[in-house]
Amino acid sequence: MIDGRPAPPAPAGHRRTLVRRTTRQRFVRLGFYALFVAIVVVVVAAADWERLGRSFFRWEIAQEQFPDIVVIAAKNTVVYTAIAFVGGLFLGLIFAIMKLSTILPYRWFATVYIEIFRGLPALLTIFTIAFVLPIALGVRVPGGAVGAGVVGLVLVAGAYMAETIRAGIQSVPKGQVEAARSLGMSPSRTMLSIVLPQAFRLIVPPLTNEFVLLIKDTSLLYIAGSSITTKELTTFARGEAAAASNATPLLVAGVLYLVITVPLTRLVAWLERRQGRAR
Amino acid sequence: MTTAQTSKPSDPAIEVVGLRKSFGENEVLCGIDFRVDAGEVVCVIGPSGSGKSTLLRCVNMLERATVGSVTIEGIDILDPDTDIDAVRAKIGMVFQSFNLFPHLNVLRNLTIAQQRVLGRSKDEAERVARHNLERVGLDEKEQAYPAHLSGGQQQRVAIARALSMDPDMMLFDEPTSALDPELVGEVLAVMRSLAAEGMTMMVVTHEMGFAREVADRVVFMDAGLIVEQGAPDDVLGKPTHPRTREFLARVLDPTHVPVSEAPDDVRGGFPLPDREDSTPPKLDEHGH
Repeated sequence: MIDGRPAPPAPAGHRRTLVRRTTRQRFVRLGFYALFVAIVVVVVAAADWERLGRSFFRWEIAQEQFPDIVVIAAKNTVVYTAIAFVGGLFLGLIFAIMKLSTILPYRWFATVYIEIFRGLPALLTIFTIAFVLPIALGVRVPGGAVGAGVVGLVLVAGAYMAETIRAGIQSVPKGQVEAARSLGMSPSRTMLSIVLPQAFRLIVPPLTNEFVLLIKDTSLLYIAGSSITTKELTTFARGEAAAASNATPLLVAGVLYLVITVPLTRLVAWLERRQGRAR
Repeated sequence: MTTAQTSKPSDPAIEVVGLRKSFGENEVLCGIDFRVDAGEVVCVIGPSGSGKSTLLRCVNMLERATVGSVTIEGIDILDPDTDIDAVRAKIGMVFQSFNLFPHLNVLRNLTIAQQRVLGRSKDEAERVARHNLERVGLDEKEQAYPAHLSGGQQQRVAIARALSMDPDMMLFDEPTSALDPELVGEVLAVMRSLAAEGMTMMVVTHEMGFAREVADRVVFMDAGLIVEQGAPDDVLGKPTHPRTREFLARVLDPTHVPVSEAPDDVRGGFPLPDREDSTPPKLDEHGH
């Protein structure tokens, strides 16, 4: 309730009180709306559009970014995200099943993995995998520095997705497993044909979220170092912004991120609605 | 399955000997000897918590017996060398909550295990599935998803799904308890026709009318033990054990609370309030 004062003791008045309160609510709502409009107007009016335009949107600099910002940088962002997502999904599935295993060492191993890679900052993981691991184990990851960075991203994504997938598996009712087992299906067949299809339907929204987070986390790959052809959007735009002494490339990169993420989230929202109708 | 364990026609369909089952400290089955012969229809009745569903679930190893033996057509299912999946494929199971696969349509619900477990071709599996959908009167629903069916229809699909595996016997775990009253009849009708076809059936149920009409034998369980069993007319009509009488009186008349006449072992030490008599208060005197 918006105001806590007791209603005035009007004898005829249960009705009158209700009427007054609605009117008051209407005023409050109008007030909020007026405040919102005022803030927008003040910000728009107070901003120095002239200077903003000069620092963030110079048409000729924006034009210079094309086509490289799309065919190299945006393409690389999409490719790194896809690798990290598919790899993370695969790892996540394995660790989710290990964490639900009846065999204790599997559970321990999965728990340790998930806690480490979920607990560490992604930047640190990428750095470690990119530089420390090749020195320590003499491993050379294909794709060089960026390749190693992407492996780090896969490990981080796998830890997050393992927990999502585990929750999805556990939310499939126990009766589903019992029905499948009593039809003679083996445990692995039951998991594959009955549990996972239902679990994945439930976790499409959190997995989409994970995908969008990964798109943005690819910007952390700069720590692994990159050549001209392996730069992703943020690294590319930062370099160009420094070279031009102007922030326009960052704005272009920002728009391109949205060009990637917004259609994706719209698509998934549409899929969910369609699926909701089908059930 | 080991070669030593080939079943003979003389073996009972289900044989349970000295079965005990505990969940932690709580012993749910306290020594059960029980058998179902091929072609026999056995209804298991009893109050909730008596262990009848647990007994049924021990028969296809959804619960593992703590002590005792469970033998299906001569095969010891508690033997670690027994391929339990192969045994389960021969035992149809129908659950209280249907447990259809919600992500698959009706036809796929019926074909998936035929293909994955029995190795049937898609065409053969669909032919068997359609035949069984016809048996339960739902041949028009093969493309529907479970969520679009009524409870009674879902349970009939679940029966058809179990039948599609060509089982040697069927287990029913309170198959009508989750149904709206007006939908119970259609499921019982399907079960009745199954029994008439000679299917071996073990049915845990609260449907006394069905038990009386269809069962070859009725088993009454209470507190983890089989208290009384025999022909339906005997167990349901003239029960010899006071606990059976008490249970039947309560099932047939839910308002019946014969505390004063109940023997001590039924009261089980619970501090029930003493009553003058068991007749409900006469409301008419107060004009209600």
